[in-house]
Amino acid sequence: MTVLLEREARPRPVDPARAALWDAAATVLDPELPVLTIADLGMLRGVEFDGDVAVVRITPTYSGCPAIEAIRADIVAALAEIDQPARVEVVLSPAWTTDWMSADGRRKLQQYGIAPPRRRDAGGVVALGLGVRCPQCGSLHTRELSRYGSTSCKALWQCQSCGEPFDRFKEL
Amino acid sequence: MNDRLTILQLTDAAGSRAASAPGRAGSAEASAAVASAPGSASAGVDAATDAVARYALGLGDDALVLAQRLGEWIANAPELEEDVALGNIGLDLLGHARALLTYAGSAWGRTEDDLAYFREEAQFQSRWLFELPNGPDGGRDFAFTILRQLIASLYFGALYRRLASSSDETLAAIAAKAVKEVAYHAEHATLWTLRLGLGTDESHRRMTRALADLWPFMGELFAPDPAVRALVAAGIDTVAVAPESLCDEVLAVVGSVLEDSGLAVPEVPFLQGGGRLGRHSEQFGRLVGEMQLLARAHPGATW
Repeated sequence: MTVLLEREARPRPVDPARAALWDAAATVLDPELPVLTIADLGMLRGVEFDGDVAVVRITPTYSGCPAIEAIRADIVAALAEIDQPARVEVVLSPAWTTDWMSADGRRKLQQYGIAPPRRRDAGGVVALGLGVRCPQCGSLHTRELSRYGSTSCKALWQCQSCGEPFDRFKEL
Repeated sequence: MNDRLTILQLTDAAGSRAASAPGRAGSAEASAAVASAPGSASAGVDAATDAVARYALGLGDDALVLAQRLGEWIANAPELEEDVALGNIGLDLLGHARALLTYAGSAWGRTEDDLAYFREEAQFQSRWLFELPNGPDGGRDFAFTILRQLIASLYFGALYRRLASSSDETLAAIAAKAVKEVAYHAEHATLWTLRLGLGTDESHRRMTRALADLWPFMGELFAPDPAVRALVAAGIDTVAVAPESLCDEVLAVVGSVLEDSGLAVPEVPFLQGGGRLGRHSEQFGRLVGEMQLLARAHPGATW
């Protein structure tokens, strides 16, 4: 089993031309989580040139993620700003995992009020819930209200110390 | 679904059909060669062969039809959280259906929308378990839906775990992604089955009734699939998962959850089914009609 390392999720190209494509695409935000860029999430998989056209490859977080069409349009718009015609390809393999979320992305998620996903070992089963920290007050005295929250990638939790409900990004 | 074809491309599908999973580090470089067919909607993906497409179509239809049924719970579930949960589970299934139908359609020059919205009832290959209404007598019953989800999720989990090592790279990629999502669906259904099976007299009674209603339809999940047989007959036995081979595993895991939930496996025989042959119930016509109404009223419309 290939261990899915963070650096493999974000192979930012070293040559300047492709790096510029990467940096433009990396500014696109997830419309469902507008504090995270697609690079923070590990959705941005690669950039290439096909003649004069940039090809940006992304992978969906969940198979049915409805944000993918908006993200696709935003990437084309972001590259248009550097006068670069582009097309977006959606790749499924290797399957996205929350382990690809950057440390910076996890921090931003926490500040936004969403408990970030914990790291899991590649190939493992769904992690046991041994306490999720409240993003508001930091208490570990929290409980799950519903395994499915506002989107497939989140669960709804509540802090029993401060009483606030919060979203938790599920490990995948 | 969107008219613009979703491109399903494998990052490491560059040229080599052989599984070259180890050493992914170079895959970004290797895949540079993939996207070299400008204007081609399916750049980088080999179109499915007719035989593989027929197999993918059946799997896609199962996911599509159950997704449609789950959608009927939105604004009707016993509590708001369940509207959201069943809606999200349906959305995951719709994602699997889109990928599978897109791939199937690649063999015939048809899009996912063509296949979902512009086929007749008898052309759908979905099994009966997935098309049953959400409760007995065409009504809505949460116990019924939870037990169907339990059977469906544990079946999908067993199927996709095996399909993830298919020699067909596109099917393997779709399955590898689906298996992680389906694990959450199985967990959701398992927790509810425990709660309702061990809950009140009313919840136990309704779970028992739903189980007796649903159980006969499980058999079709393990019945021979003509598309798999055709592949095997053509000497291709590494692409598809034979439904028969999943029977013991799925019955064991479903049985174990039922036992923990204080529910007995009903003493009723399996039904033959006929979904893979295009035979469907009367209620299926209404499901298809509702699903296709908008697309047929406005052909070619996009978001």
